Amino acid sequence: MSDPPDVATGDSEAQKAPRAESGSADRRTVHDLWLSGTEAPRELGLFTDEGAQEMLVEESDEILAGQLGTIIEDDYERPAGSVDDELQIINMGPQHPATHGVLRLHIELDGETIRRVKPIIGYLHTGMEKTAEALTFMQGSTNVTRMDYLSPFHNELCFSLAVEKLLEVEVPPRAQAIRVLMSELNRIASHLLWSATTGFDVGALSMMIYGWREREPLLEFFEKTTGLRMNHNYIRPGGVAADLPAGWREDVAGIIGTVESGLADFEKLLLGNPIFIGRTKDVGVLTRDECLAYGVTGPLARASGIDYDIRKVFPYSGFEQYDFEVPTTSNGDVYDRFLVRFEEMRQSMRIAQQVMETIPDGDYRTEDRKVTPPPRARIDESMEALIHHFKIFTEGFKVPPGETYQAVESSRGELGMYLVSDGGPKPWRLHVRGPSFANVQSLPMMLTDSLIADTVAALASADPVMGDVDR
Amino acid sequence: MTALPAALAATAEAFAGVEFDLVLGDTVARAPREDVVELLEAVRDTGFEMFVDLCAVDYLTRDPRFEVVVNLVSVSHSLRLRVLVGIPGTDPTMPTITAVYPGANFYEREAFDLFGIEFLGHPDLTRILLPDEWEGHPLRKDVSIGSVPVQFKQASRAL
Repeated sequence: MSDPPDVATGDSEAQKAPRAESGSADRRTVHDLWLSGTEAPRELGLFTDEGAQEMLVEESDEILAGQLGTIIEDDYERPAGSVDDELQIINMGPQHPATHGVLRLHIELDGETIRRVKPIIGYLHTGMEKTAEALTFMQGSTNVTRMDYLSPFHNELCFSLAVEKLLEVEVPPRAQAIRVLMSELNRIASHLLWSATTGFDVGALSMMIYGWREREPLLEFFEKTTGLRMNHNYIRPGGVAADLPAGWREDVAGIIGTVESGLADFEKLLLGNPIFIGRTKDVGVLTRDECLAYGVTGPLARASGIDYDIRKVFPYSGFEQYDFEVPTTSNGDVYDRFLVRFEEMRQSMRIAQQVMETIPDGDYRTEDRKVTPPPRARIDESMEALIHHFKIFTEGFKVPPGETYQAVESSRGELGMYLVSDGGPKPWRLHVRGPSFANVQSLPMMLTDSLIADTVAALASADPVMGDVDR
Repeated sequence: MTALPAALAATAEAFAGVEFDLVLGDTVARAPREDVVELLEAVRDTGFEMFVDLCAVDYLTRDPRFEVVVNLVSVSHSLRLRVLVGIPGTDPTMPTITAVYPGANFYEREAFDLFGIEFLGHPDLTRILLPDEWEGHPLRKDVSIGSVPVQFKQASRAL
């Protein structure tokens, strides 16, 4: 990449001088080209123009420096007399195939170097939070399951846990174990799909076939259990919709075998491959401080060395009973995100194995008739059963007034729901804190001052699901 | 103020106007909006280093009408904190917290977009989910869920 000649003054050496100078100091500034092997910590960039880019305003420099332990310095100034067309602005998306949905990136390029990125979202906004206010608590899980469409069980689980917290309903142990099993299998399915598409995006084209192939038995199992391959509406307030199907142990054991051999293949295929290493090592780096400041969670944060997994820190649905590790790495680049996600799949399989061994017998949903409809046979015999059935399906069950925040560890990070009830059968407000929303917000941190060719790899490694971002 | 986590005891003493409480097992702080930036700075320095979530709620009949909810996590102490800020419906403004937690940027834009709460000092307070030319703030309770009229063929005859 060479700087375009300065049309107005012809003095291109003078322009280059400040940048070269700052690069020679031993702490780097934000607009130095980011080179692999550099040991200096990456600093938070100061984005100088309008828009969401200006995440760090000048007034906050001191505060941020205190928070992050860094001093923010912007050495990038457009030289006097330069012409406007030195920087090129391109729009990536919303129809770009590598944006994994309808994300649009507004990228300002200086040659091949990205100077600024602005993620523009909202193309998939369908007002699901407003819709949630018009649906009863019972119908709510059909709505939330469509938000993050690659981890529907986590959405349903989070919503159900929030409703149960307000209702103060106890969920039977078998239902909890089923929830753990399904959400861990969902994590495997989601990570497999991520490996497939991200592998594809960095040039490992056969990953696209292998990842989807290993995911298929999982979807078949979901279909067998819930009736649907996605948007299951299986985990509901009070328990789950149905018990596990006959022969589920054989199915899960088969899935574990398939995924384990698949994972071994993936690692052989990718992790030692020089092209793959070149495309992913030291690309799209997020530091620990950046992750904390921008609320980045999940595999992204763990790849940057933050040991934060909600299953461990704030356990739910009986996760404290299971023995599993939280993998973390320290580099925070795309390569490490592969390592973390591969290891997470192994840990999820470990949990699934433990569920198979320890799952108790009993009810798969609570027997509280205010929440769970009575069995069909009881309706013919009992007046109360008929009344409960009628009330649940016409009015819905009422939830005591109150508000609660419930978070689960979804495949992408912290999925939180803030649920407010006014005592009626519908939520007063349901806010969904999608992990992808915060992760998309961190894209400028990953991409600024990297090369345009790294955009796709860095974006794919964040694993944004636009249904989760826009809701 | 029962069973307040030890990490917050000093902050609770320093901020007399902030009410700490325990709601369904969650630690909640109700702060007046003048104090919210100082409060968040203080809790950030005591270890609540991760910004998690910011959203607004429209209570419509309550006073103050809106409530802005900030969720924080302390990875080092394994704690959660929820800060509630009441916002009157006649003056829906609040100082931005992006200077304390830069991650609040998108969330404040979302709350502005859907509720019309203006975050003073925000670097780029524009609509984020809805189109720029959209009128109104749809998650407010006085906006109905609405519908888009669809012109079906032979609609008038069928009716």
